[in-house]
Amino acid sequence: MSTFFLFDAAMILEKSILVVVLFAITLTVAAYATFGERKIAAFIQDRVGPNRAGPFGLLQPLADGVKFFTKEDFMPNAAERWLYILAPGAFMFVACMTSAVIPWGTQLTLFGKPVDLQVTDLNIGLLYIMGFTSLGVYGIMIGGWASNNKYSLYGAIRASSQMISYELAMGLAIIAVVMLSGTLSLREMAEQQAGINWNIWYQPLGFLIFFTCALAECNRAPFDLAECETELIGGYHTEYSSMKLGFFLFAEYINMFIACAVIATVYFGGYNFPGLDPNWLGGLMGPVVMFAKTFFFIFVFMWIRWTLPRFRYDQLMRLGWKALIPLAILNMLLTGGGVLVFSN
Amino acid sequence: MQPLTNRSKLVVNKKMNFWERIYLPAILKGMWTTLKHFFRKKNTVNYPDEKRPFAPVWRGWHVLKRDEAGRERCTACGLCAVACPAEAITMTAAEREKGEEGLYREEKYAAVYEINMLRCIFCGLCEEACPKEAIFLTDRIVPSDYVRQNFIFGKNLLVEGVEPEKRIDVSMRQKHIQEPKWAVQQ
Repeated sequence: MSTFFLFDAAMILEKSILVVVLFAITLTVAAYATFGERKIAAFIQDRVGPNRAGPFGLLQPLADGVKFFTKEDFMPNAAERWLYILAPGAFMFVACMTSAVIPWGTQLTLFGKPVDLQVTDLNIGLLYIMGFTSLGVYGIMIGGWASNNKYSLYGAIRASSQMISYELAMGLAIIAVVMLSGTLSLREMAEQQAGINWNIWYQPLGFLIFFTCALAECNRAPFDLAECETELIGGYHTEYSSMKLGFFLFAEYINMFIACAVIATVYFGGYNFPGLDPNWLGGLMGPVVMFAKTFFFIFVFMWIRWTLPRFRYDQLMRLGWKALIPLAILNMLLTGGGVLVFSN
Repeated sequence: MQPLTNRSKLVVNKKMNFWERIYLPAILKGMWTTLKHFFRKKNTVNYPDEKRPFAPVWRGWHVLKRDEAGRERCTACGLCAVACPAEAITMTAAEREKGEEGLYREEKYAAVYEINMLRCIFCGLCEEACPKEAIFLTDRIVPSDYVRQNFIFGKNLLVEGVEPEKRIDVSMRQKHIQEPKWAVQQ
């Protein structure tokens, strides 16, 4: 009994430290993603971007944070008080939860003790991520509804219908990968893709579908019609100000970070890279490779945002229901046939 | 109808083919375009840190010149005020007293000389009208202000300093005005 508790305490401490570190990394990456977004936007438009705060403008996220905190925290008169306060927190909470099951590397040897670079290896890791990203709709929907504003409600309805319809195609694209790897655990999935044996070579169509859906899930351009400034004055966060707005915007960047990490893990071999053993440097090579891949996809997300114009609502629904879902089903059938033929 | 330029395109409502319908080639093409711009030289001038040189003929904040001995050149003849299409210039003439020979070049001078910078259109006609080479427009930008009254620039803001380092150099401008291109070619 006592040994059990001892073991448990050590594990809880280890995991807590990992959670805190991961949380800090997630927030830092999200903060610098806002900076990166502005820089990339500027570069694509032949500008230089923020360069006033600190060297190369590197302290810009800090300045933004201070600005958010010092802004007036306004609440509309007829807002649903508690839901209005709850929504940004719920959105942020859900966004931060998903990073728990992503394997950032193999193992790190600290104080002669191997430490898994993953908070928890759920055997339903992928389902967990899908579940939590679906919960993200609640934050948006509650926020949009509680603001008691027509534009907010429109934005919220658009965002939720979009996320719900694209989750279908996303799930169908994931099923094909699951059929190939035979597991829902992200760690096992990463282990199977050692070297260059990545899932993208077997699932190019699936990747394309998943990537498109990930863009839509993150409410990012060209699917950002839930918060288009021109039509909806910001969408579901029209009535939010100060750090509540900051939470919404920040959580979106966290969502993007996690989505890119999932893409890297599921389709691009996670911490594997040909010629680079993830156990090198005492296990630090894995996270380096993993983060490099994640940052590359974050860059692609931003690159797409500053290239493509926004979809119209009916176009979005047509693409989701009439193109992506049939394609995903086709991809699933082809994968099933392939697995049947090649495994026997 | 005859096209006006060779860039005109006939609009056709044709059906898109397969590759056009899946959008992907077009998206990749667009992303290639933005990527090229990503690595292109930036057009931005970091304004307060780096300033672009003004053209030698730039017409900004006026200066009332002094001569080599530091005496004001302006004799308050009023030709600039007459020439001014915006009626921005007013002045009051005064007679030079004994002992003021070091201050004013000729017997008459401008006791008050005011330019309303909100009226001024920076056309440079005052400069052209001046027979004494006293007024010039310079490459200094008139600073902004909150109060209209402060835009009426008096002699304290217009006359250049006596000390050599406070003199305002208009030699480029004089050269340009006195020797236009056609004159040099002769």
